[in-house]
Amino acid sequence: MIRIDTNGSENDSLNGGKVMKKRFLSVLTVAVMAAATILTGCSGTQTAATTAAPAATESKSDAATTEAAKAESKTEAKAGDKKEIVVGFSQVGAESDWRTANTESMKSTFTEKNGYKLIFDDAQQKQENQLKAVRNFIQQDVDYIVIAPVTETGWDTVLQEAKDAGIPVIIVDRMINVSDDSLYTAWVGSNFLQEGYDAVGWLDEYLKKTDRADKDINIVTIQGTIGSSAQIGRTNGVEEKMKDHAKWKMLERQTGEFTQAKGQEVMESFLKTYNNIDVVIAENDNMAFGAIDAIKAAGKTCGPKGDITVISFDAVAAAFDSMIAGDMNVSVECNPLHGPRVSEIIGKLEKGETVEKIAYVKEGVYPADTAAAEKPKRQY
Amino acid sequence: MNKCMAFVKKLTGTRLFLPIFCLFLVLLSNLIKTPGFFEVSLKNGVLYGYIIDVINRASDLVILAVGMTLVVAASGGTDISVGAVMSVAGAVCCFILSGGQQTVNEFQNPYLLGVMAAIIAGILCGSFNGFLVAKMKIQPMVATLILFTAGRGIAQLITKGQITYIRVESYKKLGSSIPGIPIPTPVFVALIVVLLTYVLLKKTTLGVYIQTVGINSKASRLMGINSTMIIFLSYVFCGLCAGISGLVASSRIYSADANNIGLNLELDAILAVALGGNSLGGGKFSLLGSVIGAYTIQALSTTLYAMGVSPDQIPVYKAAVVVIIVALQSTELKRMVKRLQTERVAGKKVA
Repeated sequence: MIRIDTNGSENDSLNGGKVMKKRFLSVLTVAVMAAATILTGCSGTQTAATTAAPAATESKSDAATTEAAKAESKTEAKAGDKKEIVVGFSQVGAESDWRTANTESMKSTFTEKNGYKLIFDDAQQKQENQLKAVRNFIQQDVDYIVIAPVTETGWDTVLQEAKDAGIPVIIVDRMINVSDDSLYTAWVGSNFLQEGYDAVGWLDEYLKKTDRADKDINIVTIQGTIGSSAQIGRTNGVEEKMKDHAKWKMLERQTGEFTQAKGQEVMESFLKTYNNIDVVIAENDNMAFGAIDAIKAAGKTCGPKGDITVISFDAVAAAFDSMIAGDMNVSVECNPLHGPRVSEIIGKLEKGETVEKIAYVKEGVYPADTAAAEKPKRQY
Repeated sequence: MNKCMAFVKKLTGTRLFLPIFCLFLVLLSNLIKTPGFFEVSLKNGVLYGYIIDVINRASDLVILAVGMTLVVAASGGTDISVGAVMSVAGAVCCFILSGGQQTVNEFQNPYLLGVMAAIIAGILCGSFNGFLVAKMKIQPMVATLILFTAGRGIAQLITKGQITYIRVESYKKLGSSIPGIPIPTPVFVALIVVLLTYVLLKKTTLGVYIQTVGINSKASRLMGINSTMIIFLSYVFCGLCAGISGLVASSRIYSADANNIGLNLELDAILAVALGGNSLGGGKFSLLGSVIGAYTIQALSTTLYAMGVSPDQIPVYKAAVVVIIVALQSTELKRMVKRLQTERVAGKKVA
């Protein structure tokens, strides 16, 4: 194969003027390209942030332009004047109803009426964006930084910077993995282990109610993305409590990566390997939807009136629809309404009190028979 | 005896022998642990079995691999934006069918409108990539990196960051099956795409043109082939394939999940092209090789599920198998084997 280096061979035979022109063109191309990248990249973030939080964007530009004034106001606030508390919140991005509810909870808690000013940043599922956002918060000298981290690792440096700047950091939802615990002030989130316990507890009750307490029960689990906090907590919680039930057998565990498509694929495989599955535990609602489709395609039935019991986690709105339709048995809540809890912590810190390092939010279990009654009360 | 040897030699000498051999090797490995792997039965009027799963689930990837093959052949580069384009297509389709709502129980707009819009979105994305690569002469990986990063953002904007559900039975048909037909619909979609592309490449001069441009775009231009146009068209076609694939993927879950539709599938598509024995440097290509490569990848995933390999070890097994398959097909290995053989023959003669 002969390859001709187009640029090289042409340049040799070209005169100076043409070279210049060519160079100019290439510079232009690069410029256009860079502009395009920036535009496409930015417009994503910008608009996402705008649609999600018009107020937040406004406050962001405010904060940027009147930094000096803000710094002043902060000193005033510290002097005891009841001034607003500036909170920078870096969110993972919009990914599900759960996440939206989480964002909404923050926005409705940290309002000007409650004495807060929220600077909201949408990280679009990228940790780089979050690191950038936290550094921006530090530069803007906010009073508190709240992070809903994309990943568990890689936070040491930026949190040290925040600590050096004297800004308390509160982590919400996913846990982070740092060498030094003092890098963050508190963590607010779900007790995934407890959720696992709750799921087993519900199943125990349910089996007693349906007179199957002394029968052999075969269980399969569709796990979340391996290594995520939710996966680890829920898997371990279920495993621990299952030890009390000698008649229960975990046939197999496989990851469905928290997505409906993968959940369906994994369930398809389970159903072919085992024809005696009694219970499916899906570590989030989306995978449960996929599993339900796979069960139906295999000619089996699920739900309270079916052959296979479906246990799920998260309890998003679509899960309630599924329970009302009679497909899903139960969903263990993963409460996204972190705002009030974070606000409580900030309130304590403002008063100079110490706070608990780990704060769990309250979570419930929602079985199918109460789904229709519960749904209108749900905020997400 | 000699005739037999000659036949074996001819068989192993054909281009598609190794890819097909690898596919069979992966499939047959199931016989050890899952003897029922090849059993097929009828459930709810649809064929049911592991092997059907492989064929069904691979469809999205097969469609992508077809487009990717042409891009690789014509430009010697890869289109890494296909996964994101799938997500855009799914989002556009669901947005139109739901009329902007988050979950609907009936179409707000005609089904065909949504499908057409999704395909057009795919073509537009492909044109954008094609323009950057063919006209602006930007390196393919860099050019398609733009949509790779921005594509999911666009899809998120369209769906307003939510999963848009289309809970309509007829929307699910493209991803599941049509009543009365025992074979899952995605299989047909993949088959149609492959057949049409194959005919298009064989019956017109397009296939030859793409190869020529891929081998040496300057020489082909001197020969009077509009190489810019050929490269541009290959990207447009790749976008179209991504659009179709996105529709199938979205129909499978009857929703637009901007974050997860086609996630990491661009890498699988590139791998499919490589597993099919195609050079990623462009030029000569085998469409069927890529298709077989795609089925091999899915066969591998399904096999690992069927064997009950624990989820944290799956990537290791996958990597090991891929390394073996790629190594088997490398020309350097063939040369080494040949050298060994000649040495042995020479040694015999001396003795």
